[in-house]
Amino acid sequence: MKVAYWPGCVSRGFTPELHGAMAQVAPALDIELVELNRANCCGAGVIAEHSQELADTLNARTFALAQKEIEQGADMMMNICSTCQGAQSECQQRLDASAEYRDEVNRHLTPEGLEYAAGIVNKNFLWVLVEELGLDALASKVKRPLTDLRVGPFYGCYIVRPNDRIGIDDQHPRDTYLEKVIEALGGTVVEYAGSQKCCGFPVALMNAETSFKQAGRHLGDAKDAQADCLVTPCPLCHLNLDMQQPRVNKVVGRNLQMPVLHLPQMVGLALGMDPKALGLGRHVVKPTAVIDWSTSVVGAVAA
Amino acid sequence: MSTTEDTTKTDDGAWHGDSEGLKEFTLRLRRFDPESGKAPYYEEFVVEMEPHRSVLDAILTAKDHEDGSIGIRCSCRAAICGSCGTRINDKPGLACHTHLSDALDRSKDGKITVEPMGNMPVIKDLIVDMDAVHWKKQQRVTPWLLPQEPLPVKEHIVPREAMVDVTQSMACIQCGACVSDCLSMEVDPLFIGPAALAKAYRFVGDPRDSRHEQRLTDLANDPHGIYDCTHCFKCIEACPKGVAPMNQIMRLRRIASADHDIEDVNDGSRHEHALVNHVKKWGTLNEAQLVPDSKGGKLHPRSAKEIASSVSVIATALLRRKVTPKTALIHHKNPNQSEIRRIYSEIGARDERLELNLYITQPDEPEAPGDQDSSHEAQIESTGDQSAVNTPATDRTH
Repeated sequence: MKVAYWPGCVSRGFTPELHGAMAQVAPALDIELVELNRANCCGAGVIAEHSQELADTLNARTFALAQKEIEQGADMMMNICSTCQGAQSECQQRLDASAEYRDEVNRHLTPEGLEYAAGIVNKNFLWVLVEELGLDALASKVKRPLTDLRVGPFYGCYIVRPNDRIGIDDQHPRDTYLEKVIEALGGTVVEYAGSQKCCGFPVALMNAETSFKQAGRHLGDAKDAQADCLVTPCPLCHLNLDMQQPRVNKVVGRNLQMPVLHLPQMVGLALGMDPKALGLGRHVVKPTAVIDWSTSVVGAVAA
Repeated sequence: MSTTEDTTKTDDGAWHGDSEGLKEFTLRLRRFDPESGKAPYYEEFVVEMEPHRSVLDAILTAKDHEDGSIGIRCSCRAAICGSCGTRINDKPGLACHTHLSDALDRSKDGKITVEPMGNMPVIKDLIVDMDAVHWKKQQRVTPWLLPQEPLPVKEHIVPREAMVDVTQSMACIQCGACVSDCLSMEVDPLFIGPAALAKAYRFVGDPRDSRHEQRLTDLANDPHGIYDCTHCFKCIEACPKGVAPMNQIMRLRRIASADHDIEDVNDGSRHEHALVNHVKKWGTLNEAQLVPDSKGGKLHPRSAKEIASSVSVIATALLRRKVTPKTALIHHKNPNQSEIRRIYSEIGARDERLELNLYITQPDEPEAPGDQDSSHEAQIESTGDQSAVNTPATDRTH
């Protein structure tokens, strides 16, 4: 399949390993990525907090650029960031609800030759894996099953709430997809309290203590449940859970040492790709519990 | 509003409420009596009821027939009084407003687990201490009107549209479901919280109130105020009345920053402006710049403090080549950045904010055919709002 691909800001900023991993994994899954180079930041909910019209216009612009690619044969728009998914879905909900409002917003796009038509399909890579590719097809591509790897799913907020906006229903239990993917790749799902809670990132600059206590609580819960690592579809969660983990450790008074994988990295490992090439060496908490670097065997090794 | 009836699940006609539709339900109640000196425990009760009956009905049946000591607070049984807030299978809500069949659908083990709400101390069984947390936080936001003196001789007349805007926060029935699930409060019990901040918007959005700026200055500068919300949407999911407290918190932030230029000590408005300006300048976020920009600039003491506490993180990120000095210093600009700037200036030039409030304005095509009155067009006619968009008469500032 071919997708109009929006990587987001963070995957090309502080988590470059995510963008790199996606670029490697996509061809192995027969996904052709057409990158939306002219698209802009989704606003991460903060621009909407500043001006709803501005956030809606910026995202309508991204959707319109994606729709140009869809006209040229792309199947849908795809993102690799839960926060983009949530912030864009919020704007799409308003844009799709009212033709009159959409016309107002489109007026800002006309000079660039763009127009957003209601009803774009914009899916996170996680949803594409389950709903478009299919778990059986994914499982059939596994070359190095994640045997013995105990993985805690970390969804964060934006990709699971509010469930009506995110499209979670009986036919699309999107709040269970991470577990399904972990199992399809041969790993073991670890249940723990924090898998759908907030990583704390949005308040990291305003109230670091609240922020790091949240991250520390979930990392600690996962550790107590004997997880080897977490996996997340959200690079912003990754920043708070991995990059900030040394500061989190200080706030919660515990040496957590919990590696956090990006979703495409976990898929890439199971597809037999080189851990280093997937950027696992770039994490702040090195996934030594995930990878035996001497043999590149995936699975828990003695710490 | 919070529960959706799945009409496809009509197993053996249970929905029709005839005597054959009785079904056995197992309630798993969390019991706790602090006076007993015993630890909390779970106790199961089996009740036979029609599936459309409420979880509250089932609890009261168990209380009547099996154990009169079960503690639950309730009154109206009609989702009006807000007394029976509980957690049912891990989700907060009103016990009287949750069908047994829906509760069972959400169960992992075939039992309906009912627990007291979170973030508040338990008085007994399913009864939590609302005074200690919920009501104290309500009082924190001065939950009454502070009108301009002298008061009008007769009633205070306001434009209809202005009051329509605050109806959403007025729909709150003070059940505490949002407080129960608030993820900020889970780690910061001092956070003012979703219910009280939604109440604060009820007055900040009310044109009769004369202290909007004072209220917002207070809530923006409180380290546990509007900028302590982590934007997790939990309260939106929890609310049985569609109040969407988080959306009201975002409106408080918008009005504080855009209409009153409040620069808070928590860097909330600075962070907002930093992010907005980054997209204006580059089209995407420049993360290496976002920290100093949110802290008042590279040379500001707050930036120095933040950078000092991040030294180990920055060093590790550089060591792992997560960030290179080049990527940190030079940020790629969007090839069509002039178009993005034009959008900013067009929207910035508006005298009034253009907003679409889906709580008030229903979507174009109603899902249920024949439900014409709730359509977008009907809404325009009935409210006289020609643009069908909610445009509060407030000045825009950057």
